[in-house]
Amino acid sequence: MEIRVDHVTRVEGHGNILASLEDGRLKQAFFQVVEANRFFEGFLRGRDWEEVSHLATRICGICAVSHCYASLQATEAAMGIKVSEQTKLLRRLTMNAEQISSHALHAYFLAAPDYLRLQSVLPLVKDSPETVLRAFRLKKTGYDLGEVVLGRHTHPVAAIPGGFTLMPKLSEIEVMRERLVGLRPDLEATLELFLKLEAPAFERETEYVSLRHPDHYAWLGGEIVSSDGASVAAENYRDALQEYVVTHSTAKHAKWNRDAYRVGALSRMNNNWQQLRPEAQEVMKALGLKPPVHNPFLNTAAQVVELVHCVEDSISACAQILNEGLQEEELEITPRPGQGVGVVEAPRGLLVHDYTYDERGRLTKANCIIPTGMNYGNLDREMQALLPQVADQPKEEVQRLLEMLVRAYDPCISCSVH
Amino acid sequence: MADKPRVAFFDFACCEGCQLTVLSIGAPLVTLLQHIDVVTWREAISEKSDEFDIAVVEGSITRDSDVPRLKKIREKAKVVVALGACATLGGVQGQSNLFQRDELRTLVYGDAFTKAGGADSGDNWIFEAGEVRPISAEIPVDIEIHGCPINADEFVTVMEHVLVGRPYRQPNESVCSECKLNQYECVYDRGQMCLGPVTRCGCNAICTSKGHRCFGCRGMMDEVNLNAARDVLQEHGLKLDDILGMFRIYSLRAEPEKKMAEAEEQLRKAEPWRFGSTTSLA
Repeated sequence: MEIRVDHVTRVEGHGNILASLEDGRLKQAFFQVVEANRFFEGFLRGRDWEEVSHLATRICGICAVSHCYASLQATEAAMGIKVSEQTKLLRRLTMNAEQISSHALHAYFLAAPDYLRLQSVLPLVKDSPETVLRAFRLKKTGYDLGEVVLGRHTHPVAAIPGGFTLMPKLSEIEVMRERLVGLRPDLEATLELFLKLEAPAFERETEYVSLRHPDHYAWLGGEIVSSDGASVAAENYRDALQEYVVTHSTAKHAKWNRDAYRVGALSRMNNNWQQLRPEAQEVMKALGLKPPVHNPFLNTAAQVVELVHCVEDSISACAQILNEGLQEEELEITPRPGQGVGVVEAPRGLLVHDYTYDERGRLTKANCIIPTGMNYGNLDREMQALLPQVADQPKEEVQRLLEMLVRAYDPCISCSVH
Repeated sequence: MADKPRVAFFDFACCEGCQLTVLSIGAPLVTLLQHIDVVTWREAISEKSDEFDIAVVEGSITRDSDVPRLKKIREKAKVVVALGACATLGGVQGQSNLFQRDELRTLVYGDAFTKAGGADSGDNWIFEAGEVRPISAEIPVDIEIHGCPINADEFVTVMEHVLVGRPYRQPNESVCSECKLNQYECVYDRGQMCLGPVTRCGCNAICTSKGHRCFGCRGMMDEVNLNAARDVLQEHGLKLDDILGMFRIYSLRAEPEKKMAEAEEQLRKAEPWRFGSTTSLA
């Protein structure tokens, strides 16, 4: 059996599936990444410290906020810039916004059609418009929440080293709080939908890697932890995340304690589920998820759990902002030479930016490690494990399962190549 | 064109943020979908067709091996819409043209590239990289939607024009005009530099509205109002040269210096009284 899928659909970027079986035995199976390199790490060099996040956020159109904050944190660490509690709160709120927008996009538009045996959500526009409108409502609320704070979700305007150019209006935060509360019935309907969607029965235990923060479900900062028990401080990421080049991908692969590891919603839930909001833990239980979950297809279910967490956490954050008010901050920063690392949990997983600046505040060195790149090695091995198990099924079904597996990673391919 | 035009989305080197912006329009997109047939959109649907009327193309061209795919799209489409700064100008990655290609490839791929001996085809296809260019460098483009990312409203407006067969005239005032209409404080008055005076509007001055400056993502206006731009800059003790460097972020290939020099030359001929004997604009 030979399977070749050129430019897998319903994913961000360009990648192909190449798989073959001989007499029911695996010959080869891998995800070929053919996306063009844009060389961000190359052309960021020479740019002024104030311009770097404007450029770096453009690595990705879906997780622009994550790249923006990884970039800002790296610059702030390099220059010893401290940010206020208010800035941390607004950043947490907008990280939630990005997860809401990105997870809604993936769960509804990219992943769900497979389970419903549809090519896309387009047939639902006619047959079940309420489902499509609900998906848009979830996605758009996340998007608009980002816009209220950042001026624009893709790509953020107002986030700069040290904080924000302008504070959002409290009246806008109040509107967003109400809209977020209004999403609760949509979240219930989402749970009902995903209770009906049965993931293929397949398990493969692997190494789950994520950030961990002592105080909360980690989105920004913290240490890098592995389900194998190891942990490293963010600035020592090189001790853990080892990148290497393979001949079938323009994006690099990565490994840590084993030959591959996994990042993203499933890893975060497996590693940090006790820090999820109670409402999200309820949904986790309702979906039958008992960490550690080893079925890779259930990454989408983990995204649904995080959707609930992020909506509830955003409602709390908005309430706190409305209670405490927002103060414009004077940001007076003198650039200084140095090296710094920024780590965040992008929707698709752990993201690292590492910058070095010279005495004029010009960037001299950049290294960005992207979650989807970290996942490719694990995806290849999972395809290789899945294929022999489904060898007796018709080719179309095998292809469908392989595509579903790729989509379950919610890959962000152009981002991974950058 | 058929009653319901068939629309296909494609992309090349980019972040896909402009297609994402289209997906984020929300409910109005559902309305738009009643008037068009989306037949191909890799990022959002699995339906595929080689037959389409309107091709919406995001991204820049960076590899020669991608050009045949782009040309095939042009052959099939009645209308080609370039979506966003990468497609219209080359995008931020255009700055990589300032560096030696081999140096960039060694930086990213290290030993693997060095061992390949600089080869970038056949078994070494992963290393292929070329000059970053907008899609108009390879094919004729009918409509350009500028911006990094695009403005969602402009996308809907463009589709409306295409659907009723009206020519679309892209905005061609400066971002300053939108700042003034919105009564935003001038960025120069805040003591910062801004590309607003020479940048094409259509974004509703989104960056300056949030207290930032214009980075020129929509490219330079067709006919820069040199006098107005000069006035703004002179008021703050600056020359045009001082801001042209900033233009490299998006418009490296558009050669803004050359465009400005040409504009100045034309103005010098048409209205020599503006220049006196020694004053230079740029």
